[in-house]
Amino acid sequence: MALLQISEPGMSREPHQHRLAVGIDLGTTNSLVATVRSGIAVVLNDAEGHALLPSVVRYFPNGTTAVGYPAQAELVCDPRNTVVSVKRFMGRGLKDVAHAENCPYDFLDSPGMVQLRTCAGVKSPVEISAEILRTLRARAETALSGELVGAVITVPAYFDDAQRQATKDAARLAGLNVLRLLNEPTAAAIAYGLDNASEGVYAVFDLGGGTFDISILRLSKGVFEVLATNGDASLGGDDFDHRVFCWIVEQARPAPLSDEDTRLLLTEAREAKEHLSSHNEARITARLGTGELIDNTLPLKTYAEVTRTLVQKTIAPVKKALRDAGLTVDDVNGVVMVGGATRMPQIQQAVAEFFKQAPLNNLDPDKVVALGAAIQADVLAGNRPAGDDWLLLDVIPLSLGLETMGGLVERVIPRNSTIPIAKAQEFTTFKDGQTAMAIHVVQGERELVSDCRSLARFELRGIPPMVAGAARIRVTFQVDADGLLSVSAREATTGVEAAVAVKPSYGLSDGEITQMLQDSVSHSGDDAQARALNEQRVEARRMEEAVTAALAADADLLTPAELADIRAALAALVEVASGSDRGAITTALERVNKITEPFAARRMDRSIDQAFKGKKLEDMKI
Amino acid sequence: MINFQHNHFELFGLPQRFHLDLAQMEQAYRQIQSQVHPDRYVQAGDAERRASMQSATQVNEAYRTLKDPLTRARYLLALQQVDVESENNTAMPAEFLMQQMQWREAVEEAADQPEALAELELRLAGEMKDHYAELERSLDSDGDYALAAESVRKLMFLERLREEIGDALERSDA
Repeated sequence: MALLQISEPGMSREPHQHRLAVGIDLGTTNSLVATVRSGIAVVLNDAEGHALLPSVVRYFPNGTTAVGYPAQAELVCDPRNTVVSVKRFMGRGLKDVAHAENCPYDFLDSPGMVQLRTCAGVKSPVEISAEILRTLRARAETALSGELVGAVITVPAYFDDAQRQATKDAARLAGLNVLRLLNEPTAAAIAYGLDNASEGVYAVFDLGGGTFDISILRLSKGVFEVLATNGDASLGGDDFDHRVFCWIVEQARPAPLSDEDTRLLLTEAREAKEHLSSHNEARITARLGTGELIDNTLPLKTYAEVTRTLVQKTIAPVKKALRDAGLTVDDVNGVVMVGGATRMPQIQQAVAEFFKQAPLNNLDPDKVVALGAAIQADVLAGNRPAGDDWLLLDVIPLSLGLETMGGLVERVIPRNSTIPIAKAQEFTTFKDGQTAMAIHVVQGERELVSDCRSLARFELRGIPPMVAGAARIRVTFQVDADGLLSVSAREATTGVEAAVAVKPSYGLSDGEITQMLQDSVSHSGDDAQARALNEQRVEARRMEEAVTAALAADADLLTPAELADIRAALAALVEVASGSDRGAITTALERVNKITEPFAARRMDRSIDQAFKGKKLEDMKI
Repeated sequence: MINFQHNHFELFGLPQRFHLDLAQMEQAYRQIQSQVHPDRYVQAGDAERRASMQSATQVNEAYRTLKDPLTRARYLLALQQVDVESENNTAMPAEFLMQQMQWREAVEEAADQPEALAELELRLAGEMKDHYAELERSLDSDGDYALAAESVRKLMFLERLREEIGDALERSDA
């Protein structure tokens, strides 16, 4: 990488033209915000010099919150109102949350996404995450002394549509303009790729607090191409804490634990885990609320044994990702380690054994994702000169499909397809006179609908009654560059159309979704484009006639220059109206409308009837 | 933005034939994506952003279609108005069907043995290579589209078989 960036004379951006953009790693355990300053990506610290913001939010009865270290400090005293690892609940129903019984929260199962009852009221994971994002936004705006144009927010590559949508909603709630949702391993690769000027195939092994991702990328000049991604959206450092917690309980066999003691022992377990990354044993001591004393020593060997199955759980997704990429272990030039949990020696060892090479650890695994996100945010905000930027080609992690007869899934977009991507599928009615059709969109790799994640259900209404099999309903799935899905449906013979952004059901009830769809169903002709063009032409003719008539009556109200301007605008309108560029007609119409506004006002003034004042020329009766 | 009237070959400036210079296509693909990708239009208006997404989607579709030899062959035949009739035309040569049955038996027998499965996969890859060579000949040299369609149908069988071996390998790993 060049040490100095030399700009063409006159091409360099003035400092004030630099658009403030940040990258945010919204982590399970910790969150960070970073930016690019003078060409170098840096993590922004808080006023006390902390880079990490613990992803902990505490609610108080008066509705105020504490976020980060102050919240973490009180974790054991107020476990019910202090939320940790909220990322695990994003876009998830209660049944999807692992170890819910060990969480000291008052869960409320609501459709689509679980909610938490706190002393400040019921909070959704989206709202709780927004508190974390708001804190990071404030930190960034203070550090950079200005308003942000936008942020790149990272998500685990293996996040499904509901989890991504929830993350984007949280950012919007925190007042952030989301430039892009970026997959965490891809962000890490950007940070590494630029520092090391690497070329070739890289595996990014990302074990965070609550999620595990593996991505296989090909890096070549100016292009980061994700070949395949896989993972486990509910496997992370938290699970290792939980195994240690279970071990402590098994050893000590204390009386049933209170919420406070559960939280205390989970914290002890986490500290023991961290200690074991650089020591051979960890001593665990805690005084429970009952007065009971816990005092145990956990040897590294025992720790490795109780967490062995967790380590093994990471290898199957790695194999699948390589298979999907059409590569073998020997094709991999380097393995990048991301996430605090990769500090564990047994993880380092398992990865080294599998890939037959020592993994790369030269960037701080806690910061690398935020740094990569900041670099990408800088590119998206347009702060880099053309030619000094790069292209990122990412994939959709999980297949998208539709429910068909018998609860089976028909795959429409296979996993690891490069995004953006669209696919259309045709369906037909199966009963005579059928006028509605239910569409159920699911995400996942299993064959049964019940084993996949349900993303959206909607109904296409207003299908004209025909004999069975005669209607042709074309359903189009579009996945955008954020990995978010939208679906539209159209009956081919009549043009009945419906579109729905696949909002997870937490925000919208089924009724609301149906309403949304009914609102959007329009009986358009076979060729909606042609019809719209025709409408614009009619409008243009109407406008031309109205203005010509007005000029004939009141042209003396205008100066010669004004008159010439109006005539020129009219001529332009007449000309484009004979063409087929609908946008040009619209523009010309707006122009005439605007240029005749003073004329209209003067005509109105002249008129005896003042009731027309303020209306546009075309609204007047001439 | 791209010209939506262009077919996939025209889009990448490639000759319309089965034999493909993969490196040339990848270069063209990356070059076009660098121009139209939504990351280039983050700050643009709604209309431009939509056009960018539609263009990038089409470019990805073209790349995906041409990269895989089987979908490339089907696409070429479709451009020649030849329907592969994969759903209706299951009448395959008896000899080929016999071989298919033998293959399937072999895969079932090897179900729990990763080494045996890997060996089958290798043998299958060799056989598929021959079929692809034949396909290239009939498409690019002979212009025999009926024969090409038959090769495609055979290869569809073999691709499915390869997927099944892959699935069995995955299961034997777990």
